[in-house]
Amino acid sequence: MKTCLIVDDSRVIRKVARQIFEAIGYACEEAEDGRKALDACTAKLPDFVLLDWNMPVLNGLEFLRALRLLPGGDKPNVVFCTTENDLSHIQEALGAGANEYIMKPFDADIIRGKLEQLGLIES
Amino acid sequence: MKPEDFELFSTLVKQRSGLVLTAEKSYLLESRLFPVARKHNMKSLEDMAQALRAKREEALMFDITEAMTTNESFFFRDQKPFTLFQKTLLPHLLTARAGKKQIRIWSAAASSGQEAYSLAMICVEEAAKLQGWKVEIIGTDLSREMVARAKGGIYSQFEVQRGLPVAHLVKYFQQIAGDKWQIKDNIRQMVQFREGNLLTDFGVVGPFDVVFCRNVLIYFDLPTKTRVLATISGMMPTDGFLILGGAETVLGVSDKFKVVPGEHGLYMGASCDVSLISGARG
Repeated sequence: MKTCLIVDDSRVIRKVARQIFEAIGYACEEAEDGRKALDACTAKLPDFVLLDWNMPVLNGLEFLRALRLLPGGDKPNVVFCTTENDLSHIQEALGAGANEYIMKPFDADIIRGKLEQLGLIES
Repeated sequence: MKPEDFELFSTLVKQRSGLVLTAEKSYLLESRLFPVARKHNMKSLEDMAQALRAKREEALMFDITEAMTTNESFFFRDQKPFTLFQKTLLPHLLTARAGKKQIRIWSAAASSGQEAYSLAMICVEEAAKLQGWKVEIIGTDLSREMVARAKGGIYSQFEVQRGLPVAHLVKYFQQIAGDKWQIKDNIRQMVQFREGNLLTDFGVVGPFDVVFCRNVLIYFDLPTKTRVLATISGMMPTDGFLILGGAETVLGVSDKFKVVPGEHGLYMGASCDVSLISGARG
């Protein structure tokens, strides 16, 4: 089973995202900040990371840069999922190695669409 | 809603757009027609039905039809038809039309323009191969409001995320407000939008090498489907490509087109050698 790490400091968002990913067939883990997410990735790399931007301790962008430096850290598909919705943030995220970008609010259709574009599920 | 009022509205919509509304769609009819009633200063759908019986006023009939035929649309909807266009149809046309170096594409029932713009983006991605070619993309919709929206090319944050890769958003859109994005001029200039009704005045003149007519026929009854396909066929060369929606087919509906085996939703003229396409893909 493919694995997904959901990184967001909001418990509600993590729960909503978990439901969407479990329905698609992913085994989900959760982390409430970038540091805990990085610890999880150091222990075992997930196939997919859904990543909030603004979080305490280590933010999403800092986490992503650190992840990409881990051995095999270039492999996971990382999709930002954040309220930051301006072009400069999107460009910064892509520059740091994000594979896709979702601007909140999101729904299951948007997540499914992004997974289709990344070739992770069939349309 | 009273059955006779439903009958009145659905007959009007059928006459003007071809859209067949069955009784189980009456909830949809109600939710979409209330705003129309309000706009025309009527308190209820019953009042609106009465007004319509008394006087068949054009503005009211126009608004009712428009409200019932507006459909949701998103960029690269269903993805596969667009991959098909980019990987199979376009390469084929680059050879088949090498003489005149011209490709004409029609997005029928273009709604708010996402399909036509998606095709334009693909053409820009393939610009190197299309150098020196003239590509025309024309979108038509029977809704005046949709045509205006399509021309403007402004979409909400929600709309630009459905089906559109973020790399395309960055490349082909500009952010004009926090949650509004507009298609860049170079893409907008590639597409023309016009009012056109598939039942009466198509609003365009053929021939078209590629016709996208997706998720429209499903709303028509059989004779209407047959008639619309015949008219579309008259505007295409026999080796042109027709793309229908996933739940639509020409089988048992029209003898003007034939199925391209192995390519779901793709059709060519009945007298055309479809092995040109399906054969090439083994």
